[in-house]
Amino acid sequence: MNNNELTLLAKKSRVQLLELAFKSDGPSHLGGGLSMVEIFTVLYGDILNYDIKNPEWEKRDRFILSKGHGVLPFFIALHNAGFISQDVLHTYKKNESDLISHPVMNLELGMESSNGSLGHGLSMAVGISLALKKRNNFESRVFVVMGDGECNEGSVWEASMSAAHFKLDNLIAIVDYNKLQSDGNSETVMDIGLLEKKWESFGWDVISLDGHDIVALNDALSHRGNNMKPRVIVANTTKGKGVSFMENNNTWHHNRLTQTTFEQAIAELNL
Amino acid sequence: MKITGKENKQWSRLGSRATYGQAILMLAEKSENLMVLSADLGNSSGLDRFKATYPDKFLNIGIAEQNMIGVAAGLAKEGSVVFASSFAPFITMRAAEQVRMNMGYMDLNIKTVAIGSGVSMSFLGNSHFGLEDAAIMRSIPNMTVVSPADCAEIVKTVFAAAEYPHPMYIRLTGAVGFPVVYEDDYDFQIGKAVEIKSGTDVSIVATGSMVYESLEAAKILQEEGISVSVLNMHTIKPLDTKALDILISKGKTIFTIEEHSITGGLGSAVAEYISSIPNSPVVNRIGLPDEFVITAEYRYILEKYGLVGSQIANTIKQKI
Repeated sequence: MNNNELTLLAKKSRVQLLELAFKSDGPSHLGGGLSMVEIFTVLYGDILNYDIKNPEWEKRDRFILSKGHGVLPFFIALHNAGFISQDVLHTYKKNESDLISHPVMNLELGMESSNGSLGHGLSMAVGISLALKKRNNFESRVFVVMGDGECNEGSVWEASMSAAHFKLDNLIAIVDYNKLQSDGNSETVMDIGLLEKKWESFGWDVISLDGHDIVALNDALSHRGNNMKPRVIVANTTKGKGVSFMENNNTWHHNRLTQTTFEQAIAELNL
Repeated sequence: MKITGKENKQWSRLGSRATYGQAILMLAEKSENLMVLSADLGNSSGLDRFKATYPDKFLNIGIAEQNMIGVAAGLAKEGSVVFASSFAPFITMRAAEQVRMNMGYMDLNIKTVAIGSGVSMSFLGNSHFGLEDAAIMRSIPNMTVVSPADCAEIVKTVFAAAEYPHPMYIRLTGAVGFPVVYEDDYDFQIGKAVEIKSGTDVSIVATGSMVYESLEAAKILQEEGISVSVLNMHTIKPLDTKALDILISKGKTIFTIEEHSITGGLGSAVAEYISSIPNSPVVNRIGLPDEFVITAEYRYILEKYGLVGSQIANTIKQKI
């Protein structure tokens, strides 16, 4: 896809995301979902290699949403990519649905792992990256999306250390750095300090960029490592991006859309 | 995997941990997809020779058990048969949630091996003991929990585990000089208890190191005219309820014996099953008390809590 098409897809995805949340008639993780729309648009629109007819294709790229509560843009991306049909999409948060508030491992639907508890995805990604290298699959890459709040978890740093130790240049982590977490400002809740420097000192190749900039994301994610280092993209984002009353307003971390707020949000996005 | 009495005696001298390392070394000759992980306890897990012989199949994850289980999950998801070892609390408590998510929820083919479970870590103390590990692992859906009775059974368990496409927790009790239970080859199947001795007056259900001690107790009681059956319940989960049904039908008092807290382990599993069956026999649970135990030599600790054969015989006499 060219950049114009990706920009249009991101815009469409935001509307689809809000529609999905609204139709589910309950609270969803809206803020941290909206902050990742461009990341998912670029990943599934242009970066990841997959085959919806052959979800176990050896040469596919592996994607893990370690920030498991960010399912809204994930499900929309999987729907637009063809993994999740319209019918299945509309089972989101219905009783016994495959689509709940966190990913549940289901390769047919494009989900490689079950998540929800934070700080697990990067370790699994390290294991997958090692397995791919061991069987000489140098084509597939492994992508993990994490939250900045998630980086409070010690296990993230255990995994980070091991990815550099094992020289996993087939591994790309993306941190959705929206500077807010469940209880408020990340700086107030638990100051993460110099996030880029932390990753750098753990031995990673670090790219800091605007996480809503499709061109920058595309450049950074297209990268194929040859420096024996895993890469982390610190994506500076705005929580609630695209809807003025949700942006940087943490009451939308996990909240329910009313008819009025839904219509307001859609009207803004369609401007 | 056939075993001989001679081999078992050699393994017994090596002890349970070194036997695990031997078993993995033998398995590597047959299993192409094997990956063996350690969190900086490769040598303590008896894996020195394995590391030297198969460096490509070994990963040291460093002192990071949570990451070890997560990395194991990624490898398992991509088709590896993964064995990951550490001390019992470090797997079952430090990495409990990684175990729950990856082994339980995602049902990934990871074998975790607790070296030095029970109180076999002796002077390393309660930080390293496996008092509650079976209770924790037994409560996680999709998990299989196996506690081998001697070194031959450790080897058989490792080989059976490699063919079993689900997560498993292998709980190693015993130390160097782990007594021999099996002089000859026998049929080992995950989830199928083995009656080692038949008897008519009392039924013992034992697991791990306590199988040998139960046989010792049975010998003593035999001399006193009390006929005891001993069932090796090597698989604590899924519990072999068919074997228990046979004991229930005999109607004799049942004793469960384990080197584990009496809370939540084999005894609890057996009692949970039998309690729902009308007119079933009494179940007496023998094991470690629900407390942090003393630190001493391994044998001394077992004696302190009445877990050697002669003491078990006395307890049984008092209760029947």
